[in-house]
Formats: sequence, C-alpha cells, structure tokens
Amino acid sequence: MADISIPSTSAGAVGRDPLTVDALAGPRKRARKESFIKGIFFIAASVSIIISILIVASLVREAWTFATGVEWAKTWGQNGWFPRQGVYDMPTLLVSSLIVTVVAMLVAGPLGLGSAIYLSEYASKKTRSLLKPVLEVLAGVPSVVLGFFALFFISPQVIERIGRNGWLVIGALIFVAYIALVIGWARNLVQREAGTSIGTQVKRILILTALVATALILLWWINSVAGSADPAADNFFTVKRSGQLAAAAVGVGILTIPLVASVAEDALASVPKELRDASAGLGARKMTTTIQVVLPAAVSGIVAAFIIGISRALGETMVVFMAGGAADAARFTSSPFEGGLTMTAGMASLATGTDNVVGEGLTFQSLYFVGFVLFVLTLTLNIVAGRFVNRVREKY
Amino acid sequence: MAVSTLGSSSDVTKRVEQEIFRQGSDLKGSGFRAALLATLGISVLILVVLLGQVIVDGWPVLTTNFGDFWSGTLRSRSSDSKLGISQGLVGSFWIAITVAVLAFPIGIAAAIYLEEYAPQNLMTRVIDISIRNLAGVPSVVYGLLGLFLFVKLANNGQSSLYAGGITLAILVLPIIVITSAEAIRAVPSSLRQGAYGVGATKWDVIRTQVLPFAAPGILTGTLLSLSRAVGEAAPLILVGAITGRLAPRDGSFLDLGQFGDRFTAMPIVIVGWVQESGRDAGFAAAAGAAIVVLLALVIAMNSVAVMLRNYFENKRG
Repeated sequence: MADISIPSTSAGAVGRDPLTVDALAGPRKRARKESFIKGIFFIAASVSIIISILIVASLVREAWTFATGVEWAKTWGQNGWFPRQGVYDMPTLLVSSLIVTVVAMLVAGPLGLGSAIYLSEYASKKTRSLLKPVLEVLAGVPSVVLGFFALFFISPQVIERIGRNGWLVIGALIFVAYIALVIGWARNLVQREAGTSIGTQVKRILILTALVATALILLWWINSVAGSADPAADNFFTVKRSGQLAAAAVGVGILTIPLVASVAEDALASVPKELRDASAGLGARKMTTTIQVVLPAAVSGIVAAFIIGISRALGETMVVFMAGGAADAARFTSSPFEGGLTMTAGMASLATGTDNVVGEGLTFQSLYFVGFVLFVLTLTLNIVAGRFVNRVREKY
Repeated sequence: MAVSTLGSSSDVTKRVEQEIFRQGSDLKGSGFRAALLATLGISVLILVVLLGQVIVDGWPVLTTNFGDFWSGTLRSRSSDSKLGISQGLVGSFWIAITVAVLAFPIGIAAAIYLEEYAPQNLMTRVIDISIRNLAGVPSVVYGLLGLFLFVKLANNGQSSLYAGGITLAILVLPIIVITSAEAIRAVPSSLRQGAYGVGATKWDVIRTQVLPFAAPGILTGTLLSLSRAVGEAAPLILVGAITGRLAPRDGSFLDLGQFGDRFTAMPIVIVGWVQESGRDAGFAAAAGAAIVVLLALVIAMNSVAVMLRNYFENKRG
C-alpha cells in the first residue's frame, strides 16, 4: 500500500516525503498493542457467553440424570414434596409458586404501577427527588431482611390478625372489583365498536376470554381456600414452623414493588409530551389524559413491568424459605394460609438440610431438575417482556 | 384595555386559571390523584415499618453487649455471651473482595468492548443477548451453577469461601456490564472525536477521555452490584454456606488460607438465626441485630451510589 501517495496541496509540504497511508497508520508496534488490547476486551465480553453455556450445561446435565433415573409416577400426583424419601411431586412446588406469584403481584402490581404513575405524571420535581430515593432504598433491601419482616411482622400482625375469614372477604371484594373492571371495559368496547377491523375484534375477544377464564380460576381458588381444613390442627411437617405462604407472598410482593415501579415509570416517561399536550388542548382533564392517553400509549411497557415482576417473584428464594412455613418438605396445598415450598424455597431447603447435598441418590439431581424448570419459566417470561419493551421503544 | 375593566390583572389571571383548571371542582380527578399518592405512601410506610420493626427487635442486643456481638461467633444457645456476627462479617468481607477483584475488571472490560469496539455482527448480538438474559436469571440458579462447578467438580463436594465468592461475582457480572455500558454510552462523541483529531489511538481515547468521563456512572453501578452481592443469600445457601454452627478459626481476619475453608456470611447468619428462633426465641433478637448491621452496610453503599449519580447528573445538566 506504500505506493498510494496523496498529492500534497499545501506549500509547506514541498520538499518532504509524500504523505502515505502507512505513515498515517503510525508505527506497527502501536497497531499491535491496539489489537492486543481489543483482544483482551473481547475475551472479557465473551465471559458472559461462557457463563450462559455453563449454566445451561450444568442444569441440563443433572436434570437429565434425574429425568432418566426417576420413577415418573413419583413426580406427579403425589401428596407432597418429600425429596429425601424419593417423592418429588412437582405440582406441590408449582402450585405454591403460582400462589406466591399471584399474591405477590396483587401487592406489587397496584402499588408499583400507582407509584410509577404518580412519580411520572403528577409529582413535582421536588416531591419526585424526595420520594424516588425511597423506592431505590426499598429496591436495595436484601431479601433476607424481607424474610425476617414477613415472618415476624406480616405473618402475625397482618395475615393472622385479619384472619382467614377476613382475607376471604377481601379476596371476594377484589374479585368483584375485577369483574366490574372487565365488564366496564367490555361495555366501552361495544360502544366504540364501529370502524374497528376484524383482526382487532378477534384480539379483543381473545383478551376478554382470558379475563373471564382468570375470573373463573380466581372464583374456584377462593372457594377452595374457604372450604379447606383449618391449618391450626396441622401437625404434619417434619419441623413445624411459623409463617405461611401468604405472609411470604406479601414479602415477595414488597420486594417486587420497586422493580415494577421503575420499569413502568420508564415506559410512561417514553410517551412523548406532545400526546399529553394535545389531550390537554382538547380540554381533557389531567386524569382523563392519564387514563385515556398516557396509559394506552405506554401499555406495552406496563405489561412488560408486570411480566418482569412475575419473573422476579417466581425466582425469589429467601423470603419464602424463611417465612413460607415449611422446612424441608411440604404437603400439597392450594391455600395461601398453609405452609408450603415454592420451587426456589424447595431448592434452598434441600441445600440447607445437610451441609452437603452432594451424592445422595437422586436428591441432588432433583435440585437441578427444579432449577431447570425455573430457569426455562423465567427465561421465557424475560424474553416476552423484552419484546414488549422493544415495542414501546420502536413506537416512539 | 378591555381586561382592566374586569378588575386588577392578577385577579383576572386567577379567575381564568380557575376556569381552565377547575381546581377544587374536579372531585374525581383529585380522588384519582390521592389514590396514586396513597400507593406511593404505602410503599414508603412499608419501608418505615420494616426499619422500625428490625431496629426495635435488634436494639437490645446491639446496646447491651455490643462488643461481644461484633467479636462473637455462631453458637447453639442465644443466651451465650459469645454469640455474635464476626464470622459473618469476615465471610461477607472476603466475598466482597472476590467480587471486586473478579467481576469489576471483567465487567467493565466487557462494557468497553460492547460500546467501543464491538462490530455489528452475530457474535456481538449473541454476547448482548446472553448478558441481558443472565441479568434476569434467578439468583438460586447461579447457586446451582456454583454448587456444580466449585463444590461438586472442583472440590469433591466440600463447600468453601471461594465457591461463594466466585458464584456471587458471576451473579453481579451482568449488572456491572449493563450499568457500565450505559455510563460509557452517555459519553459525548465530541470528546472522542477531539482526541482522535490530535492523533490518539482508540485505547488512548478510552483511557484518557471515555473512562474518566464515565467513571462516576461506572462507580455507581459497581457500588450497587457490591451491595447486591453482600445482601444476597440464596446462591450461598446453595453452595453450602454454614447456617448452624461453624467452628471459630484461629488466625487473623486477613488470613488468605480461609478461602479454602467452610464459611458463612452476614445474610446466612441471619437466615440461620431466624431458623433457630423456632427452638430458642432469643435468636430472633440476635437476627434483628444482625439485620441492623447488614442494612446499615447495604443502605450506606446504595446511598453513596445514588448520591454520586445525582451529583454528577446535576453537575452535567
């Protein structure tokens, strides 16, 4: 390349060597140093790929050993999760995880979204700078602290004080409010039906079906909890502990509030100011603007906030382990007022039962099987949430 | 001047504003606003009650035998005057050091690669996707990885301090990469162009312009991840941190030999004592006291990080 010379136009360059690309590139040593440094940075960046591969490999390897070695009858339809006796009933863990996640989101969803709307739409700059750090502190509270709080405060002072019957009434009220919202939304749709495409209508019918199905499941759940036996006489667990799934779930919900709030606030902040101005210009009140303009514009991001919250609640370990009311085994339950183990708490309790989980038949492998199921669930949720977040980004 | 006939000008402004905003008449709107404020208020209230509960529970232990509580170890009875958190502090200290030594340089280097060097190709996309997905993996799953790699494969099923430290370093790595990359992205490209213009190489630009400008943001991210690592318990439980009794070690606090030993950490001490409280109620107070210490550590780190970020955000407008 040395023969490519650039014709010099300035008078000062007369008499010097012609300016070449080689000359511009500088000494070769410098270039070698540069590519060496780039190589080091590249290796650092690829560490994340190696970690991902290692996680998947270790999970799949041990989970496969479990899946091929276990009697499948012992993983389904048993009366509980007793890993040390070779009974690995997955529905026990899955249903407990579902209960904890649903109750946690009943706490974190409204509180997180409400906080986000207030901070983004209503709060003055001063209030914001005062209240935002509080949420950030809450986000930094370690989960063991929430576990302690759930066991020694939420369980006796909130869950047990209000009592099972009190909570059933509150549950029924939430159910009625939910039904009212769904009916209101459906009526609104019927009124505005003219001019919408068939695709939109199909989508709306699907959403409505899902909402009605959720209502039926909620109804069934409230009914089954109301009809289940009083847990006071329960002497079932190897080590009886105080606390119950509901207390743990509220604790998990508290941990999830800041996450839901921050993702939802990002979504609200990405809605262009012009939309709000246009709405105000048409004479809409602040509340109307917020509900009819800003929230629909940010709906993808808000859905993402809920999904990320669900994923976080599903993966939360210590709160349920400490306040969930079960030690190293759990009987199947669909009631939040009994002790139980979620997938995560089941793993943690298996690992603490002895100092050394390694080499006890399939018990060690069952840990990885549960971990694999959890990993697949949270990964799916996170990927779906990522799609929703990108949708907001692309729109504005 | 038709306006002046209506009265003084400030009066008019007020009336017009009232007509437009209808303050006081918009009951539904104020109700909505109050409900939103209430959700935020409840979140703040929860934090206050939580801090209050922990301090009330732990205060007697912290005030009566403060010195013993620092230097004491894990005991089987809560009335034992040698009961304390020293082993937890040592474990958490070395775990924090491990995280700082391993995760900080690798995480920041990875962020530099992604923001400054990475070409737009498949490899970069794979790295980016894997980092984003790792950030959402539940912490217990990292514990499973640590248990498999550093306990089962590397150490014959024996748990050790380095297993806990490396596992937590892996756990916070994606957080460091994401926050550092954000800080580097915020560096104005005019700074880079200026440096290139006077003949700097890429590494010179990064070293003299990009990193100094991004330093506060990177520092905030590393501090947040460090406080996360210090408060995290689930992965440590999985790799076999000791919740029950751990024989006190002879030798100094800074003895590097303990990296190969069985270990505990602050959050694990708390979990252990909460479990013991079913059998011996005095442990609940001890757990409360340990939480006060852990929270003080974690909140201090978080506050410094947040203040640092706000300070530089204001400074740069």
